[in-house]
Amino acid sequence: MLPKLFFGWFAFAIIALSVLVITRRNPVHSVMWMLLLFFQIASMYLFLNAEFIAAIQVIVYAGAILVLFLFVVLLLNLREELLANRFINAWPVGLVFAGAIFAGTLSAVVAFVPNFSGQYTVDVINRETHTKALGQLLYTDFLFPFEIASLILLIAIIGAIVLAKKRMRS
Amino acid sequence: MNYYLLIPFLPLAAFLINILFGKSLLKENAHWVAILAVAGSWVISVATLIDVTGGKTLNQDLYTWVSSGGFKASVGFLIDPLTAVMLIVVTTCSTLIHIYSTGYMHGDNGYYRFFSYLSLFTFCMLMLVMANNFLQLYFGWEGVGLCSYFLIGYYFNKKSASDAGKKAFIVNRFGDFGFGIGIFMIFLTFGNIYYEPVFSQAGAFATKTVNFLGYDVHLMTLIALLLFCGSIGKSAQMPLHVWLPDAMEGPTPVSALIHAATMVTAGVFLVARCSPIFSLSETALMVVALTGAITSLFAATIGLVQNDLKRIIAYSTVSQLGYMFLACGVGAYTAGVFHLYTHAFFKALLFLCAGSVMHAMSGELDIQKMGGLKKHMPVTYATMLIASFSIAGVPGLAGFFSKDEILWLAYSGPSPVGKFVWLIGTFVAFLTAFYSFRLIFLTFHGTFRGTHEQEHHLHESPKSMTIPLMLLCIGAIASGWVGIPPLLHGGAHFTEFMKPVLGHPEGHGTHAEEWMVMAISVAVGLSGIGLAWFMYVKRRDIPVKLAEQFSGFHKILFNKYYVDELYSLIIVRPTIWIAKNVLIGVTDARIIEAIVNGVPAAIGGFSRQLRKVQTGFLHHYAIIMAAGALIIMGLMLMRSW
Amino acid sequence: MVPLNWYLMLSAAVFSIGVFGFLTRRNIIIMFMSVELMLNAVNISLVAFSHYLQDLRGQVLVFFIVTVAAAEAAIGLAIIIALFRNKATAHVDDMNEMKG
Repeated sequence: MLPKLFFGWFAFAIIALSVLVITRRNPVHSVMWMLLLFFQIASMYLFLNAEFIAAIQVIVYAGAILVLFLFVVLLLNLREELLANRFINAWPVGLVFAGAIFAGTLSAVVAFVPNFSGQYTVDVINRETHTKALGQLLYTDFLFPFEIASLILLIAIIGAIVLAKKRMRS
Repeated sequence: MNYYLLIPFLPLAAFLINILFGKSLLKENAHWVAILAVAGSWVISVATLIDVTGGKTLNQDLYTWVSSGGFKASVGFLIDPLTAVMLIVVTTCSTLIHIYSTGYMHGDNGYYRFFSYLSLFTFCMLMLVMANNFLQLYFGWEGVGLCSYFLIGYYFNKKSASDAGKKAFIVNRFGDFGFGIGIFMIFLTFGNIYYEPVFSQAGAFATKTVNFLGYDVHLMTLIALLLFCGSIGKSAQMPLHVWLPDAMEGPTPVSALIHAATMVTAGVFLVARCSPIFSLSETALMVVALTGAITSLFAATIGLVQNDLKRIIAYSTVSQLGYMFLACGVGAYTAGVFHLYTHAFFKALLFLCAGSVMHAMSGELDIQKMGGLKKHMPVTYATMLIASFSIAGVPGLAGFFSKDEILWLAYSGPSPVGKFVWLIGTFVAFLTAFYSFRLIFLTFHGTFRGTHEQEHHLHESPKSMTIPLMLLCIGAIASGWVGIPPLLHGGAHFTEFMKPVLGHPEGHGTHAEEWMVMAISVAVGLSGIGLAWFMYVKRRDIPVKLAEQFSGFHKILFNKYYVDELYSLIIVRPTIWIAKNVLIGVTDARIIEAIVNGVPAAIGGFSRQLRKVQTGFLHHYAIIMAAGALIIMGLMLMRSW
Repeated sequence: MVPLNWYLMLSAAVFSIGVFGFLTRRNIIIMFMSVELMLNAVNISLVAFSHYLQDLRGQVLVFFIVTVAAAEAAIGLAIIIALFRNKATAHVDDMNEMKG
């Protein structure tokens, strides 16, 4: 009963926060709600026995990406945003599409039953510790994608600098 | 490899040097390269002839040109007696004409161009005669045609010259089309285009027939006639003779080299080379003989009344080429090639003399405006007189032996049309003597009929021109001496030499008959000369009266039987009409341009509509993307149901 | 024990909210945040799968998604800055330069 209660809380909080994120008029508020949302998600990860991912969620998402968002929002002086329409005029179309996607996904997962069982049971992960188990997988089976990920990050850094840099006036 | 290879490649090298560096570096010295190259070829050709006389032959592939499935063709050389004789003819004439050209073309601003074309021509002609397969023969064949086109249209600023070049090229297309198909037929039949296997296997197909356009045709006849099509075009036989007289628009050395001594004889060479095929078909041989006989008569009659110096000689060439075909057609290939060989000398000489006269007359070609030139141009007169004696068949000179050989073999040979063509040949001999001396008498005898200025200008040509004349004159006199018939206690060396390639012509007749044939031919030749003398020196009023009396006939002859007009009516005008009204008006404008312009227009119109999809609004793209995702999701869900 | 589909349904809900936000908001930054929302929805389902199927590879995938999200945020935000510098607006329906 208790896990279901917890899940109920998380589900409610995540959905409510998500709605808040996309409906706020002021982007700063959106970012703040999103911060809260990410903490909720991270907490849920803990219940799913994924401490490392929860940590990443907090450090990278909440700590880095959102701060970046916040910077940009503050950097761009969006005063008139507070007066303008939040949604496009054809927002019901978006609603229909989103609803259709939700219905479609729901119909696919509603009767889903897991029928596969891997080697990383909760006991194994607890014995090995989660971070170590994940690290081992990353540096062996996924070494190549891991390296590519590092390259993507490098390119992103350079790209961000090049794009955001003020052009010299000639 | 051996030194024979140098024969064609020396002129090729000269061509490359002249065409690349002639304009910038060599300029007025361009002739040295060309002359040295062709003289080198001549020296090697003489060495080759000596080798071949000693019994040596060569059949060697140099380099594989095309290899595709069962088809193989190479650049390869066949050296045998026929090739050796052709080499001598080509390189001798070519060398002398190169030398002559230095004088004749002196000061022309296309000097290097002229010599590079001459070298290229010599190269192609040598490739043609030295080929050991039909494809290389065809290469040389088309190469000389191309050079002929270049050189006829050498004075390309002159419309008549460039028209004549085009005419030569297009008329030759007709013949070469047949020739090409003939080569395809050979490949289809023998699976091979090399002379040696084709000729050795030809006998096996002697009775084979093929279905051609619904008729059963004797295979060898078909092949022989298709090859002969090429010969007709190249050697200016009826009905494709029309290009050769017009080709006289080119510089005179070109007329001498290409349109008298070498290229036009390629047709005869082809028939002689393919004699194993022709010999298998009596029909084909008959066609060859009759074409030759009729052409020679036809051209000779036209030659009687023409006034253009070079055109008379051109018709004479057509006529003499007809003679060679006549010989081949009665199975006397040796005699045909013999006549080819002697004719090359005296006809080249005639042309060069004509060039010399033109030189003196500042380009004037109308013999009615000449006369009395002999005291101004003694060397030209003497050499041209000898050449004319030779062509008229005066005993002892080159033309006599070859012509006599042809007539005797036509008379005595096994050909069913032999007697008939002998009759024509004899008559043509008379006409030939007549018009040749009409030319001589009108040009060199009597009084000068041109302008005073021209008369003042008359002079003998420079040494560079007269020396080749004298050298060719030796050929016109002596080249026949290698083929003196046994009747005159000669050895008939030429016939013996050619025997391995062309076989030995059979003549069945008594000595008395042979004497008779010879006597008749000499008699008609001399009487032709005599008549010309009577009409054009003694009684100058007769020709005019005759022309008035038979004005209709004279008009037909003077207008060359209206063949050009006929072709213009049935071929040229309809073609131009079709080109203008159908090809330009319908095909080009309505079909090709409609497609060419219509396709882009349709694409443009379609894309103008399609462009509207690209609104530039991010949300539109986002919605379309979501729709796409939905569709994919829907498909996957449908599959799982 | 919470069944797996509950997590998946939660994920679907968050994803759809993200889609809705992306399709309807005018502000490009909020649209961008909607994309992050969708990524997080996917992450939730991946982590849930990983837990229920007892396989860590799902979490490895999450790890990569976070990496790519970080890169994407860096680039995307840089583009937004550049865009804002030129157009002085964050409203995407004010821009249609790419119109065909």
